[in-house]
Amino acid sequence: MTDAVSTPILSVEDLSVEFGDTRVVENLSFAVKPGRTLAIVGESGSGKSVTSMSIMRLADMMGASYASGAIRFTPDDRKDDLLTLTQKQMRNIRGKDIAMIFQEPMTSLNPVFTIGDQIAESLILHEGMPKSDARAESKRLLDMVRLPDAQELLDRYPHQLSGGMRQRVMIAMALACRPKVLIADEPTTALDVTIQAQILTIIRDLQKELGMAVIFITHDMGVVAEIADDVVVMWKGKKVEEGTVADIFAHPAHPYTQTLLSAVPKLGSMTGEVFPKRFPVTVMDGETPCVVGAEHIQNTARYDEAPLLSVRDLVTRFDIKKGLFGGVSHRVHAVENVSFDIYRGETLALVGESGSGKSTIGRTIQQLQKATAGNISFDGRPFATMGKVEQRRLCQEIQYIFQDPFASLDPRKKIGFSIAEPIRTHRLIEGDKQITARVDQLLERVGLISAHADRYPHEFSGGQRQRICIARALASNPKLIIADEALSALDVSIQAQIINLFMELQEEHGLAYLFISHDMAVVEKMSHRVAVLYLGQVAEIGTRQQVLETPGHPYTQRLLSAVPVADPTFVRDRVLMDGEIPSPIRRVGDEPAILAHREIAPGHFVADAR
Amino acid sequence: MAATTTKARFARYKNLEFILGAVLTGGICFLVVFSDLLFPGGAEKIDLAARLMAPFAHADHIFGTDPLGRDVLARVVSGGKISLQVGVLSVAGAVVIGVIMGLVSGYYRGFWDMIVMRFADVQLALPFILLAITFIAIVGGGLTNMIILLIISQWVQYARLVRGSVLSLRDREFIQSAKAIGVRDIHILFRHLLPNLIGPVIVLMTLNVANNILLESSLTFLGLGVDPLIPSWGGMLADGRTYLQNAWWVSVFPGLAILLTVLGLNLLGDWLRDSLDPTGRTSK
Repeated sequence: MTDAVSTPILSVEDLSVEFGDTRVVENLSFAVKPGRTLAIVGESGSGKSVTSMSIMRLADMMGASYASGAIRFTPDDRKDDLLTLTQKQMRNIRGKDIAMIFQEPMTSLNPVFTIGDQIAESLILHEGMPKSDARAESKRLLDMVRLPDAQELLDRYPHQLSGGMRQRVMIAMALACRPKVLIADEPTTALDVTIQAQILTIIRDLQKELGMAVIFITHDMGVVAEIADDVVVMWKGKKVEEGTVADIFAHPAHPYTQTLLSAVPKLGSMTGEVFPKRFPVTVMDGETPCVVGAEHIQNTARYDEAPLLSVRDLVTRFDIKKGLFGGVSHRVHAVENVSFDIYRGETLALVGESGSGKSTIGRTIQQLQKATAGNISFDGRPFATMGKVEQRRLCQEIQYIFQDPFASLDPRKKIGFSIAEPIRTHRLIEGDKQITARVDQLLERVGLISAHADRYPHEFSGGQRQRICIARALASNPKLIIADEALSALDVSIQAQIINLFMELQEEHGLAYLFISHDMAVVEKMSHRVAVLYLGQVAEIGTRQQVLETPGHPYTQRLLSAVPVADPTFVRDRVLMDGEIPSPIRRVGDEPAILAHREIAPGHFVADAR
Repeated sequence: MAATTTKARFARYKNLEFILGAVLTGGICFLVVFSDLLFPGGAEKIDLAARLMAPFAHADHIFGTDPLGRDVLARVVSGGKISLQVGVLSVAGAVVIGVIMGLVSGYYRGFWDMIVMRFADVQLALPFILLAITFIAIVGGGLTNMIILLIISQWVQYARLVRGSVLSLRDREFIQSAKAIGVRDIHILFRHLLPNLIGPVIVLMTLNVANNILLESSLTFLGLGVDPLIPSWGGMLADGRTYLQNAWWVSVFPGLAILLTVLGLNLLGDWLRDSLDPTGRTSK
């Protein structure tokens, strides 16, 4: 369905959106035709979400006003300017003619209604269907988004479904009234890569079936390459470039698009390299791009010394679901018999999808979580034999950086206080003056200025806050930093800069990193060794080259093939994962089988496939 | 993404709120504290010849007189001593105990949480009057005992409120990251948790001050409070009720005193809550 002659169904003309005096979208124009997918790409604050909310006229409720422009919606013989319609008229269009899928499938379903009721609601409302017909239609919709056991699912509640299943329910709901236009606002950002690949396939297939126009909003260039026909690149509220997907990727004209594309980590770009490498980063300096940093091989790991951290047969389980008399009936088997070492100056990446136990391992090492069994020793001292004083010392030598830089700083404390906190807690430096001097020095090291110490966290952008978190972690002179998805909440251009910062600091201080991530491309750039986790057990562990270039475990292979490739000409031969990752919750007494590992190359261990 | 103009307007409103609140509260406190100097012996002086004089009619009795010929203005001003002491001290005591209990039981969970919360449930199940009668019967009436009674019956509210907030905050990443750094529990409780949950506590405090001023009068009315001869706002309000049809001023002026005090405290509380929040997002 790529007839270029067909007229656009939705066209945005010269749209400007303002919140108070702040103009967030400026003179934006684009059009989307039936059967085509238009991707709107941009980083946080580029105004892409406001654009989609304006089309739905949902931005009105957030206090937006439309300074100029028109949004022409022309299905069949109608000719509406959506900006001139009343909210009452819009209600008939929303959900019926234009449907929307949101980013967070966890919060966009109402927890107290069954799936069936929620899908049927819009059918009864817009199509005036009787209840029994609506139910049958709901089942058909669930089948259409390839959910197994659709009949049974109708009577389930949202919390009984996984994230991927919920997002499919959201798509089913959006498609309930056969909309002419589907707006998908970052629909896969909160999902695992294998699930993301499934959802993208479903959206693409359904679009062909129904001949819809899709507006796909995303920050992920990999996803754009997978799904889009046309691309609009937005930057600071303006459209900077527009074209077909092949054109944009092959010949990006605007400097911002070039920067954006160069910052995207590409899986496989480091094939053949033994060590991780720092690459120069192109950043926007005003309107012109400039290159920062130089290529540098990261040969910092000290394999000649004894390991800094060694984890042996670690088991962490949580009791859930108490029986009637308080007995435990189910457990989450978050971590099962995991063993690994980290050496000084080395980055070990823990890779896995949600529920694989990768965060639990980090939290157990940081003593935020008690281990059920197993040994951890740091610098040769086992945790088990440590006294209270030594355990507190560990809090100084091991630092944790959390995923969400917006949530990991106390909103009521100034940055200076937060950075000085580890110094004061462990009495590393005495005297207020000296502490302030050290805080200033740390701020400057991570690329901020000392004046920032007097500000509060909400005055900073995501990237700046993650820098603050890094400065805070550095404040206590740690030997090991656990970075738990520390880059996944950041825009790609910021991500590239933070990766370089991490690597520079590793070289300066001989830091070891336990890098917890689901993003294979970032892992490839940063890590010396990689451990792939599946359901709490190590599926594969080895050097980066071994695991990524010659994956031995089928799960690793599936994980690698699901990663979106930022190249529209790439034709994938993808081993799609059917269904979901099994749940790590098990009945008491029903212990999972412990996998045996084979060494297929020196240092490269692969678990037996099950 | 608020525009600069609305922000400026909001800041101006916040300043006004502070000035009004400070003037009201400060003015009333000043009058009450120096009541003996302003009206020496005026509150008790009985002049049956000047019973129920209307307000604004005579320069000696601007607010009029009560059924015993006592000056209403003098009584309102000196009655504030009891009312403000009860209102402020009982709330302060309940906040200190309630907040600490709530912080500890919410943060540590487990055994102590269960003990404290079941104790709180039992307390909430007891009707206030029953508790008051039992307590006063055992330890006797008087100002101090009444304040203790109010503290005992109200700390639970704060404990519940604080515990609820702690439960949602303790798993937030900034608390987790403070723990990961090795910050001592006492600092996590008072430097990180407390500032983040103080907003609703301040609101509840300002509401309870008014509530307790009135409770004092009902207790006094039941003979469980202070000596009924000592004037207090709640007591005067209750006394004047019988004369409301022909001498409204006897109860309206103490009522106004309560209203202005509570208004002043509410404005101050609101300002305090917002100025403690650096993001300035609480109210819009």
